[in-house]
Amino acid sequence: MMMNHSLKSQCKVSPGTVIEGKWHRSRYTIIKELGYGANGIVYLAKNQNQQVALKMSDNGMSITSEVNVLKSFAKVQGSALGPSLLDVDDWERRSGKVSFYAMEYIQGPDLLTFIQQKGPSWTGVLIVQLLNDLDALHKAGWVFGDLKPDNLIVTGPPSRIRTIDVGGTTIQGRAIKEFTEFYDRGYWGLGTRKADPAYDLFAAAMILINTAYPKRFAKTTGDLKQLQMMVRQKKELLKYEDVILNALQGHYSSAGEMRNDMLQLTRANPAQRSTVSRNPGQTASPQPASRQMTRQKKQKGSFFETLLITFIVSLLYFLYIYGQLL
Amino acid sequence: MKTGTLKQILLITDGCSNQGEDPIAMAALAKEQGITVNVIGVMEQDVIDEQGMNEIEGIAMSGGGVSQVVYSQQLSQTVQMVTRKAMTQTLQGVVNKELQQILGGSKTMEDLPPDQRGEVMEVVDELGETVELEVLVLVDTSASMKHKLPTVKEALLDLSLSLNARSGDNRFSVFVFPGKKKDVEKLLDWTPNLESLTSIFSKLTTGGITPTGPAIHEALNHFKKKRSLRSLLSRDDESFFEESV
Repeated sequence: MMMNHSLKSQCKVSPGTVIEGKWHRSRYTIIKELGYGANGIVYLAKNQNQQVALKMSDNGMSITSEVNVLKSFAKVQGSALGPSLLDVDDWERRSGKVSFYAMEYIQGPDLLTFIQQKGPSWTGVLIVQLLNDLDALHKAGWVFGDLKPDNLIVTGPPSRIRTIDVGGTTIQGRAIKEFTEFYDRGYWGLGTRKADPAYDLFAAAMILINTAYPKRFAKTTGDLKQLQMMVRQKKELLKYEDVILNALQGHYSSAGEMRNDMLQLTRANPAQRSTVSRNPGQTASPQPASRQMTRQKKQKGSFFETLLITFIVSLLYFLYIYGQLL
Repeated sequence: MKTGTLKQILLITDGCSNQGEDPIAMAALAKEQGITVNVIGVMEQDVIDEQGMNEIEGIAMSGGGVSQVVYSQQLSQTVQMVTRKAMTQTLQGVVNKELQQILGGSKTMEDLPPDQRGEVMEVVDELGETVELEVLVLVDTSASMKHKLPTVKEALLDLSLSLNARSGDNRFSVFVFPGKKKDVEKLLDWTPNLESLTSIFSKLTTGGITPTGPAIHEALNHFKKKRSLRSLLSRDDESFFEESV
């Protein structure tokens, strides 16, 4: 890939290089390269015996944009949305200026590697954790955007999923800044690219599918039918089928809702899984109440409530009238 | 800050021009008129030769835009990325110009301390979301592009999906070169979405020469025509002029 306005070599540095900020004068010694993205390179670096992740780019705009997101994340209390921001600065080298920011180094394998190592029983837990974080992120007015296994690191022990790379993170209501086709609602013809919570939930469902197809798959008909077929072909996905389909069709309005359904399924797991794996042909295994059913129950409940209140009120009224008559 | 209309030409080609005016000169002319020229080079398995590569980079450079060479499978994602990147670049140029008026001298956003830069960036982001955008797509339909055209169509539909997620208005127009009788042929006049492309694209015939220069020239005229029509309706149609980015 070549971009005439960004010379990739500019922010390419070798281990041992010392980077000093122009504004805050912090010094970082590069240890190794951690990753490479469309918007720059991330290095592992050391600053006064502390390991940090350093993101560099010749495109100062994208650095500034990501820093804005991380800063606003820092204001959300009680949850760790993305890595915490440590420093923002410019590094002046002879060939030009390179913008960078230093952030917390989140160490661990990415989601797919972790699940391959530890087994699929981790899938449910980690997705539930992810949905928790997404819920907080959405409540803060953001949409993660470029949600994919590469951007999800499992740290620990205790194992905890963390999001990295906020390059795609977008204010709700705007157009998604950055995305990856396989996880993108628009690519599968199942919605727009406007940033709303359901956009991330679609990606979360695709990540679930991705755990059973680590190499992904190509778009054929490119619609809900194809995705549904792919889910049905893997028994480890079958138990999540309802949640996945709801998320793919945008039926969840919040990550919390999806999390609750997911949690029900994971809880009901052990007994159910044994029946499913014994008779893989029978899909009629006892599924926890679907969303529509819970809603119906709720409606029934409220009906009885109304009846009860009416009854009590009329009873009191009769007592009053009776008292007046006496 | 007044938001005008961003004007872009998106050239999708797979090689060298071989007829008519120098496309690099035409791109420079476009830039003078406040129109950014972006170029996407589509490869198959083979690699584009050096001459083609130079032309692709040259056009984007003198057109103040962005260029990228990709395999056809990655076309969709690239088309939308290049368009957005060029938008941000142009808007950054506009904001820088405003900054220079406020701060004086040749100060740009990059010279501000990181904290203040963040605030200015929010303005650029906001503009990128709301500004009106006009994209004129120029598709090379010379013989070698024949089997890449379905992918090009997909990529353009994807582009309209991406851009229509913004709150600002979009207008697209599609030209192909070489045309049936002339160097360039208009496929689709200004329209807010590209849905109608699906039926037109399948009927396209390919072949012949690659008159990239004349195609860009014709594209410029199309922008002008529309503008004069608009001025009759006395609509405020200020355009952004690119400053050094």
